Amino acid sequence: MNSNKTCRIFAQSQGMNIKEIQEEIVDEFSMFEDWMQRYEYMIELGKSLPLIDVQYKTDDNIIKGCQSKVWVHAELEGDNLVFTADSDAIITKGIIAILIRTFSNQKPMDIIEADTGFIDEIGLKEHLSPTRANGLVSMVKQLKMYAIAYQTQLN
Amino acid sequence: MIQTSFNIDKIRKDFPILNREVNGKPLVYFDNAATSQTPKQVIDVIVDYYSNYNANIHRGVHTLSQEATDKYEQARLKIQKHFNAASSDEIIFTSGTTHSINMVANGFSSLLKKEDEIIVSAMEHHSNIVPWQMLCERTGAILKVIPMNQEGELILEEYYKLLSDKTKLVFCNHVSNALGTVNPIKEIIEAAHNIDAAVLIDGAQAAPHIRADVQELDVDFYTVSAHKMCGPTGVGILYGKEEWLNKLPPYQGGGEMIAEVTFEKTTYAELPHKFEAGTPNICGGIAFGAALDYMNAIGFEVIAQYENELLEYATQELLSIEGLRIYGTAAHKTAVISFNIEDIHPYDIGSILDKLGIAVRTGHHCAQPVMDFFKIPGTVRASFNFYNTKEEIAILVEGVKRAKSMLL
Repeated sequence: MNSNKTCRIFAQSQGMNIKEIQEEIVDEFSMFEDWMQRYEYMIELGKSLPLIDVQYKTDDNIIKGCQSKVWVHAELEGDNLVFTADSDAIITKGIIAILIRTFSNQKPMDIIEADTGFIDEIGLKEHLSPTRANGLVSMVKQLKMYAIAYQTQLN
Repeated sequence: MIQTSFNIDKIRKDFPILNREVNGKPLVYFDNAATSQTPKQVIDVIVDYYSNYNANIHRGVHTLSQEATDKYEQARLKIQKHFNAASSDEIIFTSGTTHSINMVANGFSSLLKKEDEIIVSAMEHHSNIVPWQMLCERTGAILKVIPMNQEGELILEEYYKLLSDKTKLVFCNHVSNALGTVNPIKEIIEAAHNIDAAVLIDGAQAAPHIRADVQELDVDFYTVSAHKMCGPTGVGILYGKEEWLNKLPPYQGGGEMIAEVTFEKTTYAELPHKFEAGTPNICGGIAFGAALDYMNAIGFEVIAQYENELLEYATQELLSIEGLRIYGTAAHKTAVISFNIEDIHPYDIGSILDKLGIAVRTGHHCAQPVMDFFKIPGTVRASFNFYNTKEEIAILVEGVKRAKSMLL
């Protein structure tokens, strides 16, 4: 998969709600025959991840529970919450890219209420090493925490 | 040349786990420095224990208890013989190296005073750093560090400079888990003894490859984990010279470790029971003995020779991959290769290798100071045992090449 296609996929997700995006991701993952292909895809996603501004790559923004370093930054653009992130490991970046594609540019309340069952559907958890799987749980939790914080601010 | 007594096909058949598949590929197990696999001879002993004579030891009047006690004490004798301890009283069963080290660190709490100095090497596992830091916090003693060079070898001249009449204890691993370096422990022990300091050598990584003779080394404490040498997890030993073990207070209070208990005063049991409070890992201890029998039947010299061939082959093949750097290039090392490729994160390589059925360790290997020294977040570590083969190493090399092409 080349990065042009990846960018297009990101673009396609624009304007869709969380549930629609999740269904789209589940569809994409069902096309792969084996886990090496899924890894290749995640690596491409990782490489195309909208990078976090360097000023936000601080220790405060590191997600605890990941064995590789993961930084996440969130800010409101209008009514929507926009996430940017980075990691020092590329497959981890791919995982964050999937999460960010799902949750970024959405209303905080929608993020808080979103079901995350799609992660199990695409088999991300079972095919990641336990340390990464724990990291995945931490990442989802952190994104939802940001949404809660910003929702409180909006109220 | 490998002696004819070393039959790799026969040996591999002893390890049932080597037949399994991982992610649809035959398992290639190269995480031996984390834990070794278990031969059926040891598994049989575990099954036999729970099937036939499971009982608590050292206290029962009945037959099962007597049988279990006999086997457990026989295992202690096997361990004594293997490490050539002067007496079986000097072999304390523990839950493993970490427990053994904590036992000594705790014991020294009452023997150290403020400004005493303890020396530790720069390439220790966290389990041989943190207990001493805690000891320093409790006693006001000061921790000094023996530095290493870029090859991952300790700089002995610097060590000699650290020694003084303030030095009370020296701690060092026999073999580094992160780098595979075999440390010059004989010189380290001798220099420490010249100023009357005690020495603890962490033998966790050495014991599967090198048969240490504690009397010849004249070491004061030596620690071993059974699970690194074909035995079960949760059991190991602390070897301690009798004079030291008598000096140290007991680590834990409880059953087994007492001679007499009244509410006014308790007197402690003799060695080794003074340090073995509570019901021990009986089955584990017996299985540890069986693991030593198994490895000794093959022979440690034969094992070392074969593993060295694996190390040389793997080093040469991995270095043929452009951009691959090996950390730990000491002249004398065990079959451990820690590496990175350019700036690819070790987790990424490890994740892809896992999908190919290859088990390696990635990360800082519980030796963050070593990683800080090389200014890296971690490495990929492939560690080989005598049941591994060159064919498996070829699969690793192909896997690493594939990971590199995906990740770069």
